[in-house]
Amino acid sequence: MKIYLKTGLVILVLCIATSLQAQKYVSEKSNVTFYSYAPLEDITAKSKKAVGIIDVDAEKIAFSIPIRSFDFEKSLMQEHFNEKYMESDKYPKSTFQAVLIDFNARKKGVQNVTAKGKLTIHGITQNVEIPGKIEMLGNGKIQITSTFMVKLVDYDITVPQIVFQNIAEEIEVKVDFTLSKKK
Amino acid sequence: MKRFFTLFAALVVLSLNLAGQDLLSELDELDSSEPVYTIATFKGTRVVNGHSIETKGEGELEFIISHRFGTINSGGYDLFGLDQAFIRIGLEYGLTDQLGVGIGRNSFNKIYDGYLKYKAIRQSDSGSPVTATTLISMGLQTYPQSKFDSTLTFGSRLNYTYQVLIARKISSDLSVQVAPTFVHTNRVDQTILNNDQFAMGFGARYKLTRSISLNAEYYARFDPHADSPYYNSFGLGIDIETGGHVFQLIFSNSQGMVERTFVTETAGNFFKGGIHFGFNITRTFQLTH
Repeated sequence: MKIYLKTGLVILVLCIATSLQAQKYVSEKSNVTFYSYAPLEDITAKSKKAVGIIDVDAEKIAFSIPIRSFDFEKSLMQEHFNEKYMESDKYPKSTFQAVLIDFNARKKGVQNVTAKGKLTIHGITQNVEIPGKIEMLGNGKIQITSTFMVKLVDYDITVPQIVFQNIAEEIEVKVDFTLSKKK
Repeated sequence: MKRFFTLFAALVVLSLNLAGQDLLSELDELDSSEPVYTIATFKGTRVVNGHSIETKGEGELEFIISHRFGTINSGGYDLFGLDQAFIRIGLEYGLTDQLGVGIGRNSFNKIYDGYLKYKAIRQSDSGSPVTATTLISMGLQTYPQSKFDSTLTFGSRLNYTYQVLIARKISSDLSVQVAPTFVHTNRVDQTILNNDQFAMGFGARYKLTRSISLNAEYYARFDPHADSPYYNSFGLGIDIETGGHVFQLIFSNSQGMVERTFVTETAGNFFKGGIHFGFNITRTFQLTH
């Protein structure tokens, strides 16, 4: 009898523990693209290797992207991006961690939200507010999209004078994540 | 019963911990485990005179112009060697990210060269500690013309070089390379040269700034001909990179710019001023992607 009681209690505790675990969604597909518009050259790079997670109850999100996964049209440019600008061997990932403002997990359709948190690029963390759209897709999936600007100087990324006409001072970043319920 | 409460409390604390776990650290388990290959072990496809492990990316065409002037100790009349320049014009193309092909023509002894370069093993964070590239190169020396020496057949003008280039990028600043090398020349002056010459190449680069690096290279010949008047090749270089260009400023006791000439026929004594100033200038074009 005592054994049953013990087992029962442990199961109960485990149930409570599980229910305390908030409902989370993790990325199953992602697209991150950035654009640099400069007088001499427009540069685009894409990555599909970003990962993300959203905790709908805590209204928190986090994203991470391996810098080396960005694919450029010119492989030499990709090398310079990693070697000279992002120093990806020292700072292999960029991350974003934020709380969602104006987010309602029970609302169907597209909603405009703001993510307020910390964006880390090139080893430097800045407090940012990034606007974006979240759509509860209904089939247990969530789509998050956002377009925002990143100023190179804020993250200590310096562009030498000689390529000043080739690289923009502000980079446009587009992100598109599809997340599904974490099992 | 007291034990129960302890257990209960412990489990609650544990579960709360789980719930409050840092979201960012949960992302680590989602990361793909693909290897990340090391890039930019060297800035250029040449360390100084010899090849580096680097090949061009797929669809990239590199145009290389190299100059080697006369020796610095040749005096002011020749402006310290500047009047006696040799030039090599070359092209290298990336068929894939690992396989490259190149051609060139060197005015020193009027040598045409062609080579295949294959990056067989790539250094990565979770895999191989080194990058290994194999090089097979063929040279055709067209000097002197056959009308001056009728014994010079086409075959006698050929030479072959086989190299295994092995390099490790030790840190973001320091890379080192070793290069077991074999040069076979069909016809040589056998009183001073061997047809077959083994050598070991050593190379290194150190990054001074993100755009400038210092390079060094040495080729030690094994068992050269007893009466060889030649020296082991040594070179120092500074790589300056600007966008699609790499400028390599070079000081070397070799004047030739293909393996046959710098490995087996280096004429200058580096420590007695037999130094040739020179440069390699490369421009990379992305043809396809």
